[in-house]
Amino acid sequence: MTPGKVTVHTRINGEEVTFLCEPRQSLLEVLRMELGFTGAKECCNNGNCGACSVLLDGVLVNSCLVLAVEAEGKSILTVEGIAPAEGLHLLQQKFLEHAALQCGICTPGFIVSAYALLQRNPRPSEQEVRRWMAGNLCRCTGYDKIIAAVLDAAACLREKASGEVRVP
Amino acid sequence: MNEKETYRVIGTRPLRPDGADKVTGRALYGADLRLPGMLYGAVLRSPHAHARILSIDTSAAEALPGVKAVVTAADLPDVEAKVASLGEGSVNTRYQSWNILAREKALYYGHAVAVVAAASVHIAQEAVKLIRVNYEVLPPVLDVLQAMQADAPILLRDLRTDELGEKGSALTNVAAHHQTKKGDVERGFQEAAVTVEREFHTATVHQGYIEPQNATALYNQDGRITIWCSTQGSFGVRDQLKDILDVPVAQIKVVPMEIGGGFGGKNNVYLEPLAALLSKKSGHKPVRLTMNHADVLSATGPTSGSVIRVKMGARKDGRITAAQAWLAYEAGAFPGSPVTSGMGVIFGPYAIENVLLDGYDVVVNKPPAAAYRAPGGTNAAFAAEVVIDELAEKLGMDPLDLRLLNAAKEGDRKADGVAYGRIGCVEVLEAARNHPHYRAPLPGKFRGRGVAAGSWGNYGGKSSASASVNSDGSVNLVEGSVDIGGSRASISMQLAETLQIPVESIRPQVADTDTVGYTEGTYGSRTTFATGWAVYELGRRLIGLLCERAAQLWDVEPGQVTYEGGVFSCGGQRLSFAELAGKMDETGGAVVASVSVQPETWGPAFAAHIVDVEVDPETGKVDILRYTAVQDVGKAVHPAYVEGQIQGGVAQGVGWGLSEGYYYDAQGRLANASLLDYRMPTSLDLPAIETVIVEVPNPGHPYGVRGVGEVPIVPPPAAIANAIYRAVGVRLTTLPMSPARVLEALGKA
Amino acid sequence: MRAFEYLSASSVREAVEALAARNGRARVLAGGTDLIVQLREGRREVDLVVDIKAIPEANRLEFDLQTGLLVGAAVPCYRMVGFLNAAGIYPGLAAAAGLVGGTQIQGRATLGGNLCNASPAADTIPALIVHRAACLITGPQGERELPAEDFCTGPGQTALQPGEFLLALRLPPEPEGFGAHYVRFTPRNEMDIAVAGAGASLRLAGSPARIIEARVALGAVAPTPLLVREAGASLVGKAPTLEAFEEAGRLAREAARPIDDMRGTAAQRRHLSGVLVRRALETAYQRASRGGDA
Repeated sequence: MTPGKVTVHTRINGEEVTFLCEPRQSLLEVLRMELGFTGAKECCNNGNCGACSVLLDGVLVNSCLVLAVEAEGKSILTVEGIAPAEGLHLLQQKFLEHAALQCGICTPGFIVSAYALLQRNPRPSEQEVRRWMAGNLCRCTGYDKIIAAVLDAAACLREKASGEVRVP
Repeated sequence: MNEKETYRVIGTRPLRPDGADKVTGRALYGADLRLPGMLYGAVLRSPHAHARILSIDTSAAEALPGVKAVVTAADLPDVEAKVASLGEGSVNTRYQSWNILAREKALYYGHAVAVVAAASVHIAQEAVKLIRVNYEVLPPVLDVLQAMQADAPILLRDLRTDELGEKGSALTNVAAHHQTKKGDVERGFQEAAVTVEREFHTATVHQGYIEPQNATALYNQDGRITIWCSTQGSFGVRDQLKDILDVPVAQIKVVPMEIGGGFGGKNNVYLEPLAALLSKKSGHKPVRLTMNHADVLSATGPTSGSVIRVKMGARKDGRITAAQAWLAYEAGAFPGSPVTSGMGVIFGPYAIENVLLDGYDVVVNKPPAAAYRAPGGTNAAFAAEVVIDELAEKLGMDPLDLRLLNAAKEGDRKADGVAYGRIGCVEVLEAARNHPHYRAPLPGKFRGRGVAAGSWGNYGGKSSASASVNSDGSVNLVEGSVDIGGSRASISMQLAETLQIPVESIRPQVADTDTVGYTEGTYGSRTTFATGWAVYELGRRLIGLLCERAAQLWDVEPGQVTYEGGVFSCGGQRLSFAELAGKMDETGGAVVASVSVQPETWGPAFAAHIVDVEVDPETGKVDILRYTAVQDVGKAVHPAYVEGQIQGGVAQGVGWGLSEGYYYDAQGRLANASLLDYRMPTSLDLPAIETVIVEVPNPGHPYGVRGVGEVPIVPPPAAIANAIYRAVGVRLTTLPMSPARVLEALGKA
Repeated sequence: MRAFEYLSASSVREAVEALAARNGRARVLAGGTDLIVQLREGRREVDLVVDIKAIPEANRLEFDLQTGLLVGAAVPCYRMVGFLNAAGIYPGLAAAAGLVGGTQIQGRATLGGNLCNASPAADTIPALIVHRAACLITGPQGERELPAEDFCTGPGQTALQPGEFLLALRLPPEPEGFGAHYVRFTPRNEMDIAVAGAGASLRLAGSPARIIEARVALGAVAPTPLLVREAGASLVGKAPTLEAFEEAGRLAREAARPIDDMRGTAAQRRHLSGVLVRRALETAYQRASRGGDA
């Protein structure tokens, strides 16, 4: 028995995307192999590392644990959709300024995860950042500079949004 | 020699040149590559830890629609036994071939047995399940002490002990016995007022890089092979492939993709030869193979589990009179544990008169050990540094004072007789002792502070680079060092420093093996040191060439032109670097240069770590409250990435110390082959990690650089063990110091 | 991964019919955080995956002071935890559900899936048991209810009959003087599976307070999550003292039937059973004495 392919209608990073997939294909596999969104990384492929993080209708998920067919009618944000038309998103800029990446394989997942956090909680404490990000594994940095980058980005985003003055 | 030097670029924190690609997801890692007509592979792995392969039937797999090729060991050339250098350790080509695909025996759970290429990865995975292997299951040997017993099951049909250089006659699992001797330990122990002797056990642990191994190969009709892969060293991959596939080196081109972590584990090839053979057999289609983390944990890496016995003695005044260690390291299925490297680390920070080290390299039914950040050093230092802590306690001395009293200095000879050059061991220990963390009160029950020191020899090796000057004054840099943690930045900065131009003017590129001269891998903490040295020479050469161009323009001798502050001048004539670059067309065209270096000496690195822990005596859980890592880095080229290396090493060391370890069942199956159950620290398991950079410039490098990447993983387990002792009064001698072990030590379970 | 068909069922009936027609070769998909991994690793093989996320009844998340809490089997943890925390209700269940995986897993994993996966170490099941939760099961023969403690029958095994699936969970209202909690022990602070877990609930009445009802349940120390009736019974009629909680812990420790595995040792688990029960009871007691909103 070879089940047929299914047509799936989605919005990816704001654009309508329709694709064909087999039910057994994960969203991650389709994003990477069929649609060219290789920013989401296939690493553990079983939900334990967070490198494939995307937002599915605004909710942070591991795209390796979503069937592509489940994305029917949903909107997806990948790391490729984070940066504005010009330049980098502040989170991305802060990751660079803080040297918050070494090999960089986990970085897209962390950026997406941090983006989701700051949308929900613009003023996270260090411990809240650490807890939110615990599903994103990094083996290079010891997390220190990642946490600093996210906290710094959060402070700058608040400042930008409200003219809030930062307390150094 | 550069202590008074003031740098313009070195020591600053520019954004990394590959940064935008990496934060936007655009950077291409091995598994991101797609080629027209690409096939995808899957590997059949042994479910047994030790089994004779009686037959392999691949017919059903081959018959599955969509399957293009199946490869077994029968497709690999039967290569001669010969020892090839891998930079960090060496490898016997024949054993490596046997590791690529099990030939007569499967020697560990996860050992590759056959591999399939198909139109999709799903078809390949289904095909793998159709391969029938007839095994004769043999008893596994999983414990290093058991493997050393005379009656232990034998893994390899040709292994005889190399006993201090003499080959034994009997078949054995003990590949080698190494010994290092200095002075007379018996006499030294007689002089001691206090001696401490303990036995330590450490688990097999993995590098834990987040990106699994991957390789794509195109075996062309004309015999040329192109490999795209995740490797620390593209030339190392080329060397290994040439031997394993028995093809001329000129036929192989290795393209290093961006690499998602390595820590020593991505020097050896695993998938590359398989992808090449599948490509050849499938009608010269490109074939990609990728691992998942079950494969990574069960069949790549790891580093050795070990049993280490340490005895140390000291006089009443704290002077260590003798140190002896017996180290038995698991090599995995084939010889090659880092035991000799562990012997180099174990008493590395100290000047000791009498030392005796015996090291054993022992095969067991586990994946063959690969290098892991300061290979063999962390477990060795765990043993020695816990014993030193106990010595300090018995002597009633401060543990850092005891270490300082015995600290190695320039001219002191290591156990192997080699004298240290200018090193920063004393400076590091003093910085730790003077750090506010060490003096801060630590109130609260079940809390304790521990310290440990560590050393690592570092490495030099071969590096090449070439550059061309652009008409706008920018410089294209082509280097062979894979960028695993920001080395494009640290290399570009050294070239910019030499050329006295802004680092933003350097456009670095990591090139394939056809494009750049031989460059050893990014291992041994060598890249910023050796490739940095190469670009220093490269910059000097470019300046020389540009001086000639200026001389042409000004109609003077090249020797009359000077270059200072980014300006070429002679008499009243002045041209900036960019201005002169703009005049290349008038003076003979492009200015290009290539260099290759092979530094003969390098600067060892020393570290001292301070950690505060809190132990939950009811659960055995150890929480890290505060961590400070002090390290001599020679000269920090890009301090932020130096700090990052230190923090990353600490994080891995904390994992090694507290939660990581292979768990094999009685049959030798790896039960925790996932990132869920192989417990690497998450962001919630670590505190902020404070770093203290000590700079004792390495006189053997133009910019004083020492390798920084490896030594930070050496002290953490020992420092944590010593902190646990201060917190709850029990000495943990087994890694990981898991909650179960802490409970057991406390007599609770 | 072996090929399968996918159906996004839009009604209970459609799901039941599809499941029944495949005679055990179909599996329900809610959050997928266990199922997709199992399919990928070949630990489960199915011909059909029935997605229940489009079934309205499986998405219900309702609270009523009289009837209690109703959680559809397709409600992801983050949504339920947010709902409970915002309303200040069932803090013990919120504590347990919040422990299921990291943020990404919380976005997908469901209470229903945690139950149906039937892991002995599932964090939410001891919490459901001590809350006296009922499983609302639907199938070809209609609906039935089963106490949470009877749902798991072995590792990965449940009481679901062919064609049946778990539609929702119902928790009775938290009565006056009630408090519950779940604690687990893991070596890592996140992204880990319980080495042992303990749920506890109690209800206080009178002055000075006495325990009039209590439940204790363990996770990861037996083939299924375990309701330790004798531990709960030992508390009833007693004052809420440390000694009483420790005695309940001792009984729980005796009831535990743990094994050695890669996540922990039997001795460790047995020891932890006692510690965790006492700790769960201490927090449950604080909640009970503070009126349940702690």
